[in-house]
Amino acid sequence: MSAALDVSGLTTRFDTRSGSVTAVDNVSFSVEPGRILGLVGESGSGKSVTGFSIMGLVDEPGQVVAGSVTVDGVDLRSLSDDDMRKMRGSRLAMVFQDPMMTLNPVLRIGDQMAMAVRVHRKMPKREALEESRKALDIVGIPSPAERLKAYPHQLSGGMRQRVAIAMALLHRPSVIIADEPTTALDVSIQGQILAEVRRLADDIGTAIVWVTHDLAVVSSLADDICVMYAGRIVERGTAEQVIGNPRHPYTQGLLDSIPARHEPGGHLPQIPGSTPQLSRLPSGCPFRPRCSRATEQCKSEPPSDSRDGQIVLCHHPLEGS
Amino acid sequence: MSQSLLSIDQVSKRFTRKPGLAERLAGRLSGGGEPVVVHALTDVTLEVARGEVLGVVGESGCGKSTLGRVVAGIHAPSDGTVMLDGKPITRDQRGTAEKLTTQVQMIHQDPFASLNPRMKVGETIAEGPRYHKIIPANVVSERVGSLLEQVGLEAAYADRLPHQFSGGQRQRIAIARALAMEPELLVLDEAVASLDVSIQAQVLNLFMDLQRNLGLTALFISHDLSVVRHVCDRVAIMYLGRLVELAPAKDLYERPLHPYTSALFASVPTVGTGKRVFEAIQGEIPSPINPPPGCAFHPRCPQAGPRCRREVPRLAQADDQRTVACHLNDGGVA
Amino acid sequence: MNNSSPDNSNVADSSPIIARETTATRLRNFWSDYCESRVALMALFVIIALTIGAFGAPWLVPQDPYDLSLLEWSDAFLPPGEVGSGGYTLLLGTDNAGRDMLSAILYGLRTSFVIGLSAGVLALTVGITVGLSAAYFGGRLEALLMRIVDLQLSMPAILLALVLVAMLGQGVPQIILALVVAQYAYFARTTHGAASVERRKDYIEAARSTPLPTRRIMFRHLLPNVLPPLIVVATVQVASAISLEATLSFLGVGLPLTEPSLGSLISNGFKYIHAGRYWLSIYPGIFLMITVVAINLVGDQVRTVLDPRNSR
Repeated sequence: MSAALDVSGLTTRFDTRSGSVTAVDNVSFSVEPGRILGLVGESGSGKSVTGFSIMGLVDEPGQVVAGSVTVDGVDLRSLSDDDMRKMRGSRLAMVFQDPMMTLNPVLRIGDQMAMAVRVHRKMPKREALEESRKALDIVGIPSPAERLKAYPHQLSGGMRQRVAIAMALLHRPSVIIADEPTTALDVSIQGQILAEVRRLADDIGTAIVWVTHDLAVVSSLADDICVMYAGRIVERGTAEQVIGNPRHPYTQGLLDSIPARHEPGGHLPQIPGSTPQLSRLPSGCPFRPRCSRATEQCKSEPPSDSRDGQIVLCHHPLEGS
Repeated sequence: MSQSLLSIDQVSKRFTRKPGLAERLAGRLSGGGEPVVVHALTDVTLEVARGEVLGVVGESGCGKSTLGRVVAGIHAPSDGTVMLDGKPITRDQRGTAEKLTTQVQMIHQDPFASLNPRMKVGETIAEGPRYHKIIPANVVSERVGSLLEQVGLEAAYADRLPHQFSGGQRQRIAIARALAMEPELLVLDEAVASLDVSIQAQVLNLFMDLQRNLGLTALFISHDLSVVRHVCDRVAIMYLGRLVELAPAKDLYERPLHPYTSALFASVPTVGTGKRVFEAIQGEIPSPINPPPGCAFHPRCPQAGPRCRREVPRLAQADDQRTVACHLNDGGVA
Repeated sequence: MNNSSPDNSNVADSSPIIARETTATRLRNFWSDYCESRVALMALFVIIALTIGAFGAPWLVPQDPYDLSLLEWSDAFLPPGEVGSGGYTLLLGTDNAGRDMLSAILYGLRTSFVIGLSAGVLALTVGITVGLSAAYFGGRLEALLMRIVDLQLSMPAILLALVLVAMLGQGVPQIILALVVAQYAYFARTTHGAASVERRKDYIEAARSTPLPTRRIMFRHLLPNVLPPLIVVATVQVASAISLEATLSFLGVGLPLTEPSLGSLISNGFKYIHAGRYWLSIYPGIFLMITVVAINLVGDQVRTVLDPRNSR
């Protein structure tokens, strides 16, 4: 099957006064229809900027400087601003951590959804409202017809996020980029939304990129996982491979530091040090100062992809079991 | 219960928001305009033994943070008392700060907000103990240095400002500030929730080391079930302002008794391969302004019966170490 | 207690993420940001020059305009550039009493500065106290204080100042008092706005639960964090105090001519403007305008530099 989204060599740079910072460095992955890709990383790893770069929503002083992003075979970087705007919302949509980034607080849900429908497709408002009702139904909102008349502030946080997802779904996009959409929600509500999202991918065939810091969420939701560190994808593979058999020392370290995987009360294995400032990356492999397997080679040359089933950006990957 | 350090006895906390002038006028016209009452805590009774770490778990609106703030003396309870070592410690309605105990210290969730951005780290740590004369004036700077080292930082950082540190480092500074007061009880309100996973493990290790070595007692408030399981001796589950289950961590995780507790465990994603099913709790969390009658969980509970809609379940002993507030364990739901 | 130091793997997260930053480097950064606007830099130099001129006036100018024995009637109404009986060139001419205008203006500028600065500082102090108390204590006190402030902000400051000066009488202290009463409300509003936001932050809660006494929390924790926006308001309010004072003096309720400020000089010269003796009024007017515009430009640039949205 051909990929719905293909990202290749994507590089995004921020030129600030204190120098140039590469927030996304040569990132490549592709997502097939109906699959969910988890993009995992800690703060400052560049996972959100990757999402925004795909959407063409990077603000000044940031700029996509290299690479290509292809949705359904269309190269987004060659599109004019106008065509890109048409692309967003129709074939490519985004869900944010804060649903109020998408929702207009002074408009009823139905009005703003109908408006969003009619931006891309000419139809009477009544039909647009019907489309909106269906979209709300798909994301599991009870009594959707009534919710159409509500204002965003009358809904709970979880409901608002569902509405935001429904809005992203209005035009049956091929690709949805979701940036930490359940991070601010309670676990029981998160569970409901994750179940709906899984269903969306399976039933409708949307390709989803799920950006998150939460390994537990991606391990149970995603088909494929990319782990990011300091702007690079350091490990990429299927969920089973990355979670069950991590090859990069950083992935291993992240998994090890999760309390649930250890006897209660015991000392947790921890990755020493803190996440690096992108403006002051060490030479060679950026993870080197925190890595127990680092050697002189890691200091002098940055690692390149080593490819055997899963992709690992490391000079000394862990042995597969 | 002679060894219990902290006793929370039938504590309730209601927040009343009085309507503004415009709302009152609008209310006069439409017949509403009553003050809005949020029932943040209802009738919570808890004991924490000396040296114990008690986890308090729940979703938003369950009152866990309010409980922490009442214990830390930030809010006065509407009803009930909080005692530390047999002495009442809560801020009374007109209580002045000077009379509050220094024995309870709090660590907040967001280390970017909990440190005064314009105060040097050393002064932040030293201010409390210096004011309360906990540390003799001539050794304050030495003590600050040793506290910084104790939390894994360097003594020389005392004269830096908070913005020069990462989130994990700031949380260490907040811990040092709390320890400087030589407290009997720590209240940690989501203290690792805003940290990255790798940093979270560092701070949890630090907390567990300090807790054991200093014999600290702690109220560990969190929404993260796996973190709570790792660091807590006993766990209290809260829902909509009430305590619904209280049990030793091991027993609770092996065999939850309250339907809400089991539902909560089922909806938490875990790291593992191949898990694809989310047994989500249905429905939304009700508003604490207008809690449902009877058992607050009944609208979402798969096992609810007629009695649950009528009668508020009371916290009853399930075995010698556990209590649970559910009719299933107390005569049935019919 | 010290044997509890955690294992050394904890220490690894110990290096600060930003290199040591001293007050000196912060000031240097502030200065380089400030210098990005040429106009603001020029305005700052103008203010410095005017300040030196005003406070150095006794040593800089040829004549003490207050000393009546130095005035010669024959020097009255000399146009700019003439040489008077004192033997020096009168760059800006003389007034109806034969005063050297330049000397009078610099002395007047000094009065204006003294009034503007003291009114600004006093209004700042009063405004901070009112705004902080309202924000910190909340409830009835907040409602009462802020309603008074709102009431005052809803009427023109000049009107209030006029009434007060009429009641208090003429003189520098009276004018300052009137200006403080007329202007503290701006500071109170700004302080209240900033403090209401800061007050909700966790570091205030941390200080409350420590516990620290209220006054300490207000002045050691809350105040330093609401100061930056206040500095901007303060510069603008000094300029507005100077022009308010000039207006009052021009209207004849401010300072008497024996104690000239820029306003009373303009007012005095205004009578002669139709007789072609423009310099009596125009030059003090130009000085007033330059002063007020320069202070406002500096205030604007400080606001721009302090605005966190502009930081890169």
